[in-house]
Amino acid sequence: MIAFPFTQSTEPPLMNDPDPDKPGTPCSGHGACACGASAPPPSGESHGDSTRRSVLKGIGATLGVAAYAKALAPLTELTQQTSMDEFLQKHYRELTKEELATVLARLTRETKEQYGAEVTISDPKPPEGVKFGYALNLSICNGCRKCAEACHLENNHDRPSHQSYIRVFEMTKGSMDFEKGNVHYDHPVPQPDKYYMPVQCQQCELPPCVDVCPVEATWKERDGIVVVDYNWCIGCRYCEAACPYHARRFNWQKPEIAAAEINPDQSYLSNRIRPQGVMEKCTFCLHRTRNGRLPACLEACPTGARVFGDLNDPDSEIRWVLENKRVFVLKEELGLKPQFFYFFDE
Amino acid sequence: MIRLLKRHFGPVRIGFAILASLCGLAVLWAQQSLSPGKVAGETVAEEAPILHSVTIKPGPTTPQLDTGRKDAQGAAITAACSTCHSTTAPNAARNTAQDLFQAHRGLRYAHGNLTCLSCHNAKDYDTLHLADGRKVAFPEVMTLCSQCHGTAMRDYQHGSHGGMNGYWDLTKGPRLRNNCVNCHDPHHPEFPLVRPVLPPHDRISVHAEH
Repeated sequence: MIAFPFTQSTEPPLMNDPDPDKPGTPCSGHGACACGASAPPPSGESHGDSTRRSVLKGIGATLGVAAYAKALAPLTELTQQTSMDEFLQKHYRELTKEELATVLARLTRETKEQYGAEVTISDPKPPEGVKFGYALNLSICNGCRKCAEACHLENNHDRPSHQSYIRVFEMTKGSMDFEKGNVHYDHPVPQPDKYYMPVQCQQCELPPCVDVCPVEATWKERDGIVVVDYNWCIGCRYCEAACPYHARRFNWQKPEIAAAEINPDQSYLSNRIRPQGVMEKCTFCLHRTRNGRLPACLEACPTGARVFGDLNDPDSEIRWVLENKRVFVLKEELGLKPQFFYFFDE
Repeated sequence: MIRLLKRHFGPVRIGFAILASLCGLAVLWAQQSLSPGKVAGETVAEEAPILHSVTIKPGPTTPQLDTGRKDAQGAAITAACSTCHSTTAPNAARNTAQDLFQAHRGLRYAHGNLTCLSCHNAKDYDTLHLADGRKVAFPEVMTLCSQCHGTAMRDYQHGSHGGMNGYWDLTKGPRLRNNCVNCHDPHHPEFPLVRPVLPPHDRISVHAEH
């Protein structure tokens, strides 16, 4: 891009330079030339000099314009996907009700334009006095990955990458280190010498992913769910590196989903289609759970290994599990206090 | 006098209006601040009882044997278990899958040391029976299962066994729960091997392998 105008504009000066040596010019190369009387600066040479200068100016200007255009190119690409409204949008937590409504309307419109789907983007707030908790029965889980599939569909994940917030590790019985588990098993399950451990966001009480975010684009909500403002995230992936559970995902590409497959029940902080270059994570399906519904992964579980509920409600199923089963958390030694528990049946 | 005031002293009217509204606000404030406990107590008492139902999917209907024939309307002709079993005496010796014949041929059976008559009712083949001999209808099969599978039933009752759909918060909506036999074939209750779906394609999990 730069080279092209450069070579074009450099040609004239190369032609002009030998000007003094042209046959017609009397003072060609003779040191004691009389015509030197006219003096180099004023007339004859001043004409050549001004040409040279203007040409150099031309080159400079061309280069400048080219460099400027090149420098601005990413911005024009950005504007193809980013509207001015989006560019100027405030942080989620600083939006007034009216501003939020405008943002939701814009996102709905953009989903229609870019994906051809009619969706409803809501913003359910944390229910009063509720603290969400999740428990998973490793004795029953059979590793079918239906939960991961349900997550993939529910949360409008990119189809080609099979993105899902849940990874199911096939573990050797006796081992508790999911880092040594295998997520790529592809044989009938459950295998007799294995057990299966689905891992997703543990919604830590002390989330390291939130601590490392340089722009506060992720935070822990009142009901315990760690959320991301996808429009504030700069995509630095610090949070992905900080999470010891590998629970965060990055949108390497603009998500591809067919219009017919898009889940129209969306919310700002959870399953709306994410832009390219931002982080995303499990939100316990807050667009469902904050409205009282069960998370999609739980509903998809054919074995009933998953238990979800309000940790503040002493009569809830999750509390019964915590009080009656031998529960443990992953990587307890890190002291992050996950709100996601695992247990085996006696 | 008041009429005079109204007519000639507009500002006074406004003053009255402001005074009246202030009084009104003061009364409202007094009501709220003086009886907070009562108000809160009332709302809690109103909201608490509205709970949606937890429905368990119905168990199997009373079995009917398809005879393979059609009636005049083209509907399949079925026969109740008791059609045959009322005329044949139960044979306690035939209690493995290999022994079974006629309509029961090919049944896949693996359920501990139980025999047919451990659950099926020899006195009325259209029902089941509990260990103490009491009759149980097919749709109420969970009562029968829980005789032996007490811990599973306990976990089920506390929501930590068995799939479900609907609402975690029953004040917002109902919940639908699986029956034992929705997932476990009573004749072969072990959960079948399944082919897993959707292997992940993301970059991190590539390194997590091995």
